[in-house]
Amino acid sequence: MVKPDRLTDLECAVVVQDLTVAYKEKPVLWDIDLKIPKGVLLAIVGPNGAGKTTLLRSIMGMIKPAAGNVAIFGQSIAAKKRSIGYMPQRGTVDWDFPTDALDVVMMGRYGHIGWFKRPSVNDKKLSLEALDRVGMADFASRPLNQLSGGQQQRVFLARALVQDADLYFMDEPFVGVDAVTEQAIIELLKELRNQSKTVVVVHHDLQTLADYFDWVSLLNVRQIAYGSVADVLTPENLKITYGGRSSFLMHNPVIT
Amino acid sequence: MGLDVLSLNYTLSIVMAGSFILGISSGVLSSFAVLRQQSLLGDVISHAAFPGITLAFLWMMTKDPLGLFFGALVSGWIGTLLVKSIVTYTKLSMDTAFGIVLSVFFGLGIVLLSYIQRLPTSDKAGLNSFLFGSASTLLLQDLIVMGLFCFIILVFLGLFWKEFKLLTFDTSFMSSMGFPVAKLDMLLTILLVMAIVLGLQMVGVVLMSAMMIAPAAAARQWTSHLGLMVFLAGFIGLLSGCIGTLVSNAIPQVSTGPMIVVVISIMVIISLVFAPHRGLVCNWIKGYYHRVNIRANSILMNMLLFSESKTDPYHCHQLSALVAIGRGPSLRTMLQLKRQKLVQNPQDDLWGFTELGYKKALTLKKSLYSQSHEH
Amino acid sequence: MSIEQLSIIGLASLVSISCSLCGVYLVLRRLALISDAISHSILLGIVCSFFIVHDLNSPLLILGATLTGVLMVYLTEILVASKRLKKDASIGLVFPLFFSISVLLINLFAADIHLDQDSVLLGEIAFTPFRLLTIWGYNLGPASLWVMGGILVLNVVFISVFYKELKLTTFDHGLAAMLGFFPAYLHYAFMAMVSITAVGAFESVGVILVVALMIVPPATAYLLTNRLFPMMILSIVFGLASSLLGYSMAFYLNVSIAGSMAVMTGILFLLVFLFSPSQGLIMKFLTFQQQRILFSTNMLLIQLLEHEGTKTEKTENTVSNLIVHMKWTFKFANSIVSYALEKGFIQRHDDRLLLTSFGREKAKRVIVMDA
Ligand SMILES: Nc1ncnc2c1ncn2[C@@H]1O[C@H](COP(=O)(O)OP(=O)(O)OP(=O)(O)O)[C@@H](O)[C@H]1O
Ligand SMILES: [Mg+2]
Repeated sequence: MVKPDRLTDLECAVVVQDLTVAYKEKPVLWDIDLKIPKGVLLAIVGPNGAGKTTLLRSIMGMIKPAAGNVAIFGQSIAAKKRSIGYMPQRGTVDWDFPTDALDVVMMGRYGHIGWFKRPSVNDKKLSLEALDRVGMADFASRPLNQLSGGQQQRVFLARALVQDADLYFMDEPFVGVDAVTEQAIIELLKELRNQSKTVVVVHHDLQTLADYFDWVSLLNVRQIAYGSVADVLTPENLKITYGGRSSFLMHNPVIT
Repeated sequence: MGLDVLSLNYTLSIVMAGSFILGISSGVLSSFAVLRQQSLLGDVISHAAFPGITLAFLWMMTKDPLGLFFGALVSGWIGTLLVKSIVTYTKLSMDTAFGIVLSVFFGLGIVLLSYIQRLPTSDKAGLNSFLFGSASTLLLQDLIVMGLFCFIILVFLGLFWKEFKLLTFDTSFMSSMGFPVAKLDMLLTILLVMAIVLGLQMVGVVLMSAMMIAPAAAARQWTSHLGLMVFLAGFIGLLSGCIGTLVSNAIPQVSTGPMIVVVISIMVIISLVFAPHRGLVCNWIKGYYHRVNIRANSILMNMLLFSESKTDPYHCHQLSALVAIGRGPSLRTMLQLKRQKLVQNPQDDLWGFTELGYKKALTLKKSLYSQSHEH
Repeated sequence: MSIEQLSIIGLASLVSISCSLCGVYLVLRRLALISDAISHSILLGIVCSFFIVHDLNSPLLILGATLTGVLMVYLTEILVASKRLKKDASIGLVFPLFFSISVLLINLFAADIHLDQDSVLLGEIAFTPFRLLTIWGYNLGPASLWVMGGILVLNVVFISVFYKELKLTTFDHGLAAMLGFFPAYLHYAFMAMVSITAVGAFESVGVILVVALMIVPPATAYLLTNRLFPMMILSIVFGLASSLLGYSMAFYLNVSIAGSMAVMTGILFLLVFLFSPSQGLIMKFLTFQQQRILFSTNMLLIQLLEHEGTKTEKTENTVSNLIVHMKWTFKFANSIVSYALEKGFIQRHDDRLLLTSFGREKAKRVIVMDA
């Protein structure tokens, strides 16, 4: 496997340089450098409040960084919005919203449909296919609030799939799903990777990290370590990431 | 009252058309207000619009409807901007910002109104009706302006339907796709202000907020589909607008606004209680049958457990033996089962399966087993 | 000043003090709009009790009104518990209904009595001096003064008795429940208190000024302090100031008294919103530039610290690199560098920047603190 710092920008789906992000005056991400090559399954790992969601959102241009650059396929984010798929962290929507599974999935097509137009027959077909891929075809017309937590997660995954992107960001897709669903989801993500799409996943379970992902970035305000799972997951790195707030801060990033 | 209410004279047809327009526009937009959890914003906007009306009158010295609406629109809009800036720049909560803007703007409106009332102009009489609403002061020119606003609202809603839907459901996903979320938010808020301002003359400043909640609350009970909900809310708004105006027209001393609010509240109550699926009665009945069913099923399973230890599955046991293995049956449930011909009791205290009951217990067991091994 | 004016001012002061006391907790508990809902709902209680006793001065009216206030709160909570409606929607549904019913009742059955729509909204503080309390033939002065005085005493007693509990439940609901302070219990007691206060104030200043006096002065005070007791005192001061100023404005311009007082609360709020030393807009704008410099200086120090001793130090820790990486303008980068030089954080050798040991310490402290 190529070492991250040897990657040329051409091989990368995402290049993040010296990214610093602050809400109000409080910095949440410090000086992140991250090169994500095309066609990998990458996990972002870190404790609660580490800034994982913030990192995803600032890569996608939803937050203006205090400093640093983000390039997506060598271009600015604004030019590449269409090639991004996103599955937000659970709990950002009102589950009692009057809508059904198919309708939610169809929202993933809105970016492609264009202003003033309605979803076409083709959009509907694609959405049904996506529902089928996540094993939810039978639930297409089920109201959102009558789906279980895991089923809701699958619907949101389908919504990201239907965006038909080259680069996917998934914020904790495995939260609240059982082992079987988790397997199904990871199979899907691997399938995407095999179609040479790039998938970035915020993940919490260290046990499954090696099975699921090619690369991992340990994050806690700073990037603690970045590289292949085997290289990065050392007890020392984990201690820096998870142990106490100040211990990691004096530490220079490890690039393996 | 009877007949002369129904004879559609000129005034009444104007009033009915007014309540029609009011009902549709507020009903439709109330869906978005409620779903975006901005229910009380309507209260703020309607109060904030009031000084705009009085200022516009002071400016023009006539009750030209377009001018008054425009004044209301601007000051309602300023009110929402103030709420936003208070919430962004201070530690005060949204709730508090609502309270501040609502009461201070309304106070200002009252001050201006009391000033206007001392003026020697003759045209000021109808301004009072903006407080509690009055259908009878509605003129054809008011109606035209209302219709215009309503038309604009519906057109924009049609044009940006899918964007507004996504904006209401999942803002962060929307902004990840590169939609101009802030601009769309502003547009939807302006439409909301329009819908409120448009109803002020009929319903009044004080009660307009109910029109921005109730139709949606009622409609939500009947459907889980946004399009249908918006349509239904418009219909419910329209219906209560018409009924309310008719009643208040028939009984002269009754104010229009409160009457409409009472009618629409009755619709909400009916919907809350009787709607299928989400209605409380339906829920209660479902819950009851669910509990009864579970109890009956668990008894059948227990009896199956017993009969599996015997060679004869129809062997009878005493009730107390069944009680002993927990979740025991009450006599009432057993009698219920007997009525369904699932169990028999040949002797006083001896109970056993019928053929039907045995089969049902076996299928139950099978389905339970497959459920737990589904994945 | 005439005795009439004095009694009006006296009443306004009593009202504003009582409202401020309740309002502080409403604002802190994010219940501000409950005051709006309660002050609209109590009218139903007043009207219903009036139909029972046929006397607008009966104390039963206050009781009935208080009860409907609490009933309204209870109903909204039932609606929320049914999971069919969100909290704000429930509030927004219940109080207009209560208010509409009472207006209709007045329309239909009490049009001749002293409860017309305008006085509901605007109150009748101007009539205060003319409604006197007489007991056994003795004239004891304006009746509303006595009622409102009583309510104020009740407020003070309630708040001093439950000061600790209210404080705790306001700031930490969960902990209070664990310690057995019955937040639900206390909540309803407090809601009853708000209702009583609203009832008393309602007669003289009307629905909307009740909201203005309960919310705006405490909110204004909250912009100036974070502590409970000073906040109470300040909000009483703001409440009193707005009633007095509002009354004078109404007097000189010959406009609505209640409206003027509400406007005054707003003007005072606006002044504090603009000029408050900690939260004010102007101060924020002024300190924004300064904070930006401080923030950027910190970023500079950390950038230097991070690349200190690395291979790329020579290219990373330069002024030109700052311009590229931090997207600073040439001018801004230079001003930050000179600020850091002046403070003794760094040394400059042409384009290259080096941390002083003082600067290194500072950078380390910043990292730990900010994270
Ligand atoms: N809108 C915001 N305004 C201010 N601070 C914020 C905002 N969003 C997040 N933060 C703060 O930024 C930090 C990082 O938040 P972020 O959501 O990125 O963490 P995370 O790693 O995704 O955590 P989790 O595992 O809990 O999802 C947290 O300390 C959080 O409090
Ligand atoms: Mg997160």
